[in-house]
Amino acid sequence: MTTNNAKAYWKENIRYVLILLCVWFTVSFGAGILFKDALNEFKIGGFKLGFWFAQQGSMYVFVILIFVYVRLMNKLDKKYGYDA
Amino acid sequence: MMHSLLIEGIGVQNWTYILVGITFTIYIGIAIWSRAGSTKEFYVAGGGVSPLANGMATAADWMSAASFISMAGIISFNGYDGAVYLMGWTGGYVLLALLLAPYLRKFGKFTVPDFIGDRYYSNTARLVGVICALIVSFTYVAGQMRGVGLVFSRFLEVDINTGVIIGMIIVLFYAVLGGMKGITYTQVAQYCVLIFAFMVPAIFISIQMTGNPIPQLGFGSELADGSGTYLLDKLDGLSADLGFTEYTEGSKSMIDVFAITLALMVGTAGLPHVIVRFFTVKRVKDARKSAGIALLLIVILYTTAPAVAVFARTNMIETVSNKSYASMPEWFKKWETTGLITFTDKNGDGLIQYVANEDNNELVVDNDIMVLANPEIAKLPDWVIALVAAGALAAALSTAAGLLLVISSSVSHDLIKKIINPKISEKGELIAARLAAVVAVCVAGYFGINPPGFVAATVALAFGLAAASFFPAIILGVFYKKMNKEGAISGMVIGILSMLFYMTKFKFGWFGGGTKADWWFGISPEGFGTVAMILNFVVSIVIMKFTPEPPIGVQEIVENIRIPSGAGEATH
Repeated sequence: MTTNNAKAYWKENIRYVLILLCVWFTVSFGAGILFKDALNEFKIGGFKLGFWFAQQGSMYVFVILIFVYVRLMNKLDKKYGYDA
Repeated sequence: MMHSLLIEGIGVQNWTYILVGITFTIYIGIAIWSRAGSTKEFYVAGGGVSPLANGMATAADWMSAASFISMAGIISFNGYDGAVYLMGWTGGYVLLALLLAPYLRKFGKFTVPDFIGDRYYSNTARLVGVICALIVSFTYVAGQMRGVGLVFSRFLEVDINTGVIIGMIIVLFYAVLGGMKGITYTQVAQYCVLIFAFMVPAIFISIQMTGNPIPQLGFGSELADGSGTYLLDKLDGLSADLGFTEYTEGSKSMIDVFAITLALMVGTAGLPHVIVRFFTVKRVKDARKSAGIALLLIVILYTTAPAVAVFARTNMIETVSNKSYASMPEWFKKWETTGLITFTDKNGDGLIQYVANEDNNELVVDNDIMVLANPEIAKLPDWVIALVAAGALAAALSTAAGLLLVISSSVSHDLIKKIINPKISEKGELIAARLAAVVAVCVAGYFGINPPGFVAATVALAFGLAAASFFPAIILGVFYKKMNKEGAISGMVIGILSMLFYMTKFKFGWFGGGTKADWWFGISPEGFGTVAMILNFVVSIVIMKFTPEPPIGVQEIVENIRIPSGAGEATH
């Protein structure tokens, strides 16, 4: 039972991590680097969008990602009884 | 003297003495109050630090002289390309929070080589870990001491060497006395000083130039002069006029930007002095949370830096370009005496030609002075200029202290206690740790006073090394139960050696040297950590397939660290 519990917990954890890392990759390497030139066609205020993602946006998303992860994991810990 | 006091107030230099004096007194006071009595307090601050305090300490630990002094300057001169540092040095925290910090905390050891040694059931692995930790930390700490010397020499007008020695004594005092406990609480104070010092001038200048008090928005706003032009458009135009690449475009190749960013991210997540901070909190959930808090606090500075870079660049071009040398303001002359600004009137017209073309360019400005000189360029009040000096010192000292602790614990705990003399008493180990810290400070000070030509090059090497060695070993250790010692050790060794080979080949001209045209896949040495890391992963997995599985006991440990509950206190 405990091993199964641990396995299921680990599986869900890995799923969260993979989803969050996809976002991590998309905003930084995607929007900030690979697709920067295409995004630079758009502007928000004085910022070209690709430039903004590279020097501002990606960092804001990084912070949000960690706090989302903290929340998700705290819930997951409770669900599986690991929050002791 | 009285006369000038009446006219100019108390002056930059006196302000600097006052602010630096007050902040140093606070640091020393905290060190005395929180001195360490046991090895546990010395290595991991007793393991009971709150997530908020640990987040602040991590942020101060992380933000070094490079972040505070150099980064905005580098961005200023490189425009878009500067994003490699911004994304690279923050994105690593996502990896740290999601992939490393919770598990290492659960594992419950004192140091990173400790994890490597125990997870891979081998003292050889531990020794490889110790060597990597020492190389990474020494290269880093030398740079910090240099930063301390720079600030002292410019603002207090003492000799740069005297500056380094004063910095050494301060760090020595609270690192040796307080260990991790003393360092943690001084770093909390240092975070407050450095963030305040960085933000105040940025806000002032943002209001001056764009009318917007938030620098992050200000540099994307219209100019305050009523022209309706966006600041960034103006800077793109100014850069193009002088023959530079447009500021928002950059000049590095895409693959190189990609590789450098990834190498810095992974290197950040693999740096021992950052990882060890997560051993100081109580529970696994605190480790996750404090990684989030740390990044939030870091990002406040990191999102302001590109704004500062744009303000400084625009101000500087407008102040110097095609202006007469004789009319330059006082800050220009002062920085000239430090050798960080040089002007050669090539065409003899008495005007400053600042252009991209090297044959006609007459002005060379060092990256490192942009942040320090920025408040003076923008004509801000004296106390703000002095505040920046105190902030720069806080940034350099906090990082130096964190690194010294890694060095001393690597020697006293990993090397002496775990490999050379396991029977050493707690008291003996504590003495060894303090002695190691003293030696480390002296070595760091020596490099600060006699900087080897390769300091700048080796900072990138430090990240590359961490990326090529620790990161894959830890990730595989947590996420791949069957990874064995043969795989991990060969991966780390191959990773480090390939990184060293590439760096020395293209930075120092060893092994036949080479130029930019010879780079493999167009990747610079700074970005090669990415390739070396991939190599490490591949070698580890291939070797593992042909060697025995790790013992059942070790596999059980791996299963155990994946579960957050029951994280005991950090132990030997």
